[in-house]
Amino acid sequence: MSGYGRPLGLKTLLVSAVVVVSNVGGNALLSRGLKGQGAFSSGPLGWLSIFLNPWVAAGISLLVLWMLSRMTLLSWADLSYVLPLTASGYVLTVLAGKFLLAEQVSWQRWAGSLLIVAGAFLVGGTPIRTTGGRRKAP
Amino acid sequence: MKWALVAAIVAATTCADLFQTLGMKRHGEIHDFRVGALGRALGKVAQNPFVSASILFMAVSFFAFLALLSVADLSFAVPATAASYVVETVLARSILRERISRKRWAGALLVACGVALVAL
Repeated sequence: MSGYGRPLGLKTLLVSAVVVVSNVGGNALLSRGLKGQGAFSSGPLGWLSIFLNPWVAAGISLLVLWMLSRMTLLSWADLSYVLPLTASGYVLTVLAGKFLLAEQVSWQRWAGSLLIVAGAFLVGGTPIRTTGGRRKAP
Repeated sequence: MKWALVAAIVAATTCADLFQTLGMKRHGEIHDFRVGALGRALGKVAQNPFVSASILFMAVSFFAFLALLSVADLSFAVPATAASYVVETVLARSILRERISRKRWAGALLVACGVALVAL
């Protein structure tokens, strides 16, 4: 079960999916909750009340999950592997904008999404780990 | 001012990711996904100085990004900070000693261009 030179496996795929979905979902919930709050001008109490907003609280919880799942992924995968692969979140945001929020998506945005998918595919085909060191937590 | 903030964001994000990778590689591969084991791993990781450093840099990067958004549009902020994909790949090679094949280089470049286009 060594991570060295292993191709994209089920564990990496699942944890990457959690990283991407929690990031996109967390940002979306956060922006939904912050829209129209105007809290930046209402002092410390305004700041505190932001955290009581259920959208913001849910968004922050998802972003905590994002950080923890990304750290888990980095415990066995190269940084240069994780970065481009998890960038597929941008594509998910574009798709969500198009199909959930009925936004107009420009051709630049579609072209950019295609480049990201192509880049993530290329990187996904490289070995997950190219460094040595400790393989398993004690 | 705008570009100074972009530089600060790219530098802080890069430091955060390098420290996070160093810390997690030092911890070792997480292979037990039961709740108790994950909790124990979290307790160990929280004492890891590399991970603490990475969280500090993440906070700097977050507040610098908020500051950038107050003086520039999101459509400027996101493509400008996409440069971090290239900077981080370069440093993953020289500092973390990751082997970046031509395929991985091409992927990182495509993603950086793609992120810049998506944000236009």
